[in-house]
Amino acid sequence: MDLHADGTVDQESPLLEVRRVTKRFAGVCALNDVSLTVGRGEVHAVIGENGAGKSTLMKILAGVQPPDAGEILLDGKAVNIDSVHKALDLGISLIHQELNLADNLDVGANIFLGREPTKMGLIDFGRIRRESQKYLNMVALDVSPTTLVSRLTIGHQQMVEIAKALSVNARILIMDEPTSSLSQHEAEQLFQVIRQLRDQGVTVIYISHRLSEVKELADRVTVLRDGENAGRLSREQIDHDRMVQLMVGRDISQFYARRPHSIGEPVLEVQELRTTAWPHHASSFTVQAGQMVGVAGLVGAGRTELLRAIFGVDRMLGGEVRVAGKTLNLRSCRDAIDAGISLVPEDRKQQGLILEMGIRSNIGLPALNRHKRGGAFLNRVRERKDSERMIGELQIKTPSDLQLAQYLSGGNQQKIVLAKWLAMEPRVLLLDEPTRGVDIGAKQEIYRLMEELAERGVAILFVSSEMEEVLSMSDRVIVLHEGRVSGELRRDELSEEAVMQLATGREPVAAGKA
Amino acid sequence: MKKILGILGLLVFICVMTALMSDRFLTEFNVENLIRRTALFGIISVGAAFVIITSGIDLSIGSVVCLIGCLLPWMLVEKKLGVPLSLFLVICISLAIGLSHGVLITKMKLQPFVVTLCGLLLYRGITRGVVQDQTQGFKSGFTTLRELSQGQMPLPGTDFGIPNPCLILLVVAVLAIIFLNFTIYGRYMLALGRNEEATRYSGINTDRMIILAYVICGMLSGLGGMLFVLDVGSAQPVDFGSFYELYAIAAAVLGGCSLRGGEGTIIGVVIGAAVMQVLKNSITLIDWIPTNIEYAVIGAVILGGVIVDELVKRFAAKRRAMAQARVR
Repeated sequence: MDLHADGTVDQESPLLEVRRVTKRFAGVCALNDVSLTVGRGEVHAVIGENGAGKSTLMKILAGVQPPDAGEILLDGKAVNIDSVHKALDLGISLIHQELNLADNLDVGANIFLGREPTKMGLIDFGRIRRESQKYLNMVALDVSPTTLVSRLTIGHQQMVEIAKALSVNARILIMDEPTSSLSQHEAEQLFQVIRQLRDQGVTVIYISHRLSEVKELADRVTVLRDGENAGRLSREQIDHDRMVQLMVGRDISQFYARRPHSIGEPVLEVQELRTTAWPHHASSFTVQAGQMVGVAGLVGAGRTELLRAIFGVDRMLGGEVRVAGKTLNLRSCRDAIDAGISLVPEDRKQQGLILEMGIRSNIGLPALNRHKRGGAFLNRVRERKDSERMIGELQIKTPSDLQLAQYLSGGNQQKIVLAKWLAMEPRVLLLDEPTRGVDIGAKQEIYRLMEELAERGVAILFVSSEMEEVLSMSDRVIVLHEGRVSGELRRDELSEEAVMQLATGREPVAAGKA
Repeated sequence: MKKILGILGLLVFICVMTALMSDRFLTEFNVENLIRRTALFGIISVGAAFVIITSGIDLSIGSVVCLIGCLLPWMLVEKKLGVPLSLFLVICISLAIGLSHGVLITKMKLQPFVVTLCGLLLYRGITRGVVQDQTQGFKSGFTTLRELSQGQMPLPGTDFGIPNPCLILLVVAVLAIIFLNFTIYGRYMLALGRNEEATRYSGINTDRMIILAYVICGMLSGLGGMLFVLDVGSAQPVDFGSFYELYAIAAAVLGGCSLRGGEGTIIGVVIGAAVMQVLKNSITLIDWIPTNIEYAVIGAVILGGVIVDELVKRFAAKRRAMAQARVR
């Protein structure tokens, strides 16, 4: 199947070959006999559910961890990558999911961090500026090398990371979930840069959860499942269903389980709401009982701020929020919760969970006040029963509900966040990126839950950067552009193009409708 | 639980070693005095623990002890305000101090370290100014009031008695344990100490809980200052209570509180306070340890304790990883 196998010249041998690598952690087999062949100048996607071993494999390539068995060949020669330094020397650079930039320093200082050129023992700032500019040009990033990194958007910071990798002459660029915090627009810019780099001969190994972008970008795909090779697809074989099937190991015919059900009275009414993101722009919309409304828009359009304002975390600057016809006076989350609003926040580890506390305490936290006894005392019986019920209903996989939340997988953590709010029996459920960093299996379960809640008459408003999710799960989509509702799309009007047009503020094709 | 056993073991070990090396350790006078001092320091340590559990810090404890310790005899003896009014004023001042710390930290979003560091300087300076650097004492009066610190509850059938401060600590500790472990507010404090943002997102008024923690700490510091001065009879504004905040913080840390917040038990903190006092006592009693290296010994013991604790924690984490591996 490989190019070199059909007897062509040795020049055609793959750039990087991983042969039968095995890695164990404290007895757990993270990688078992995994092989990977990456050709010169290709974009090679490695996909798999959480825990499939993608990250471990990449860490081995980048010299973060040594393999227990197996070998790695670069240009057909066996190499021993025993440190990050060695990996960099060989031209392998790993860009982590969480960016590793010192955001108190400027762009140039970050690109040359640890390798500052000096003149007479002092840092040669002039050279840093000139050299940085060259690499910034390569990634088509139009910012000055003296800009502070903290001033840049996440997307631009990522470009700086790539520029940094290029500055150490990376031939193989490994990107771990690079688009997880980018808007569609930023992601497209990133793809543009990746294609350019490929054309310049840089090989990119690309790890992603988002199959649509894999389809768009990858020349070849390697699928991992449970630490083993599950399959390999070449350019013309890549399609969504096939990838999902290889990742999950079973056929998923109905991934987004939407069932038709009746829509009730308006529950959440937002009128002329202004938030901190765009103080001078207001948005209005309504969500009915049993309706699932998606909020689309670019990063910075004010989607998260909108949810935060409705939930009372941020003070709203103006406008009105009504639940079941009653105008709310939102001074804190408490007021929103009392009105029956719940929020599954964007950052589950920081805002959703207390990682060092047990599952039971996490689930019980918002309801403690509701079930208190004797004015202030904990109702431990109620807390235990709620947590047991929720763990059962949401199928949270854990040996005990006293387990600390930090030891669970991303998917199970997200289910705990859902559980703590479902225990409050909300009328309005707000979700901010509900499936971010969650594996495919858990994703499907979260969709199923959302569907069940909608059937029970909960009004659901969710923000998502994943186009597929927005298109498939919404009964209606609200598109935000610069803090304003730039348009609403009914289910039958939904398409990626229609959403993107509204999100970028361009007039919709069918003008006059919105 | 294991942590409490660890610190309890340390306490027993130091007691046994001191008893073996000095025949004065187990005398009635020494034991009674030791219990009294432990109780006094235990009270301010419990206050420190509340603040530390919310991932804050209070550096002003010693200065509050000084302020209250000097103002109480000053009001009683110099200003002749009478016992009820003086006690009322002392309570009000402690409350106001805790409240202002809490409000500055939550509403003004100042750092606890900075706010209470300023408090440390402010209250001592104010005390010295108000009483003109003069030593304040009860001049052998107010014996009934001083019973609060000096008296004891006799144990029927024996010659011994439980020093009153010990009873007061018992009440404080029991209330603190109930509050921290059985009320929703205690749970809120533990939760916000670990992750304030997630706690706020759960609909909890975290600002109010943080203010409450500083109020508790201020009140207990004030109570401590009052009992300290009632115990010794007089207070010098220059150095009364100085370094007490560090004893309190050290006791809390020894007792299992993490300065990162969200962790700690009241029993552990009280035992921690006992360790500090026994250690001080043993340095005085054991002849071959020069008294002037007292701080060095205390510092070394705390450092050793923290290192052992960290090593135990890592060992436990490794074992848990192994156990999980076996499950799979």
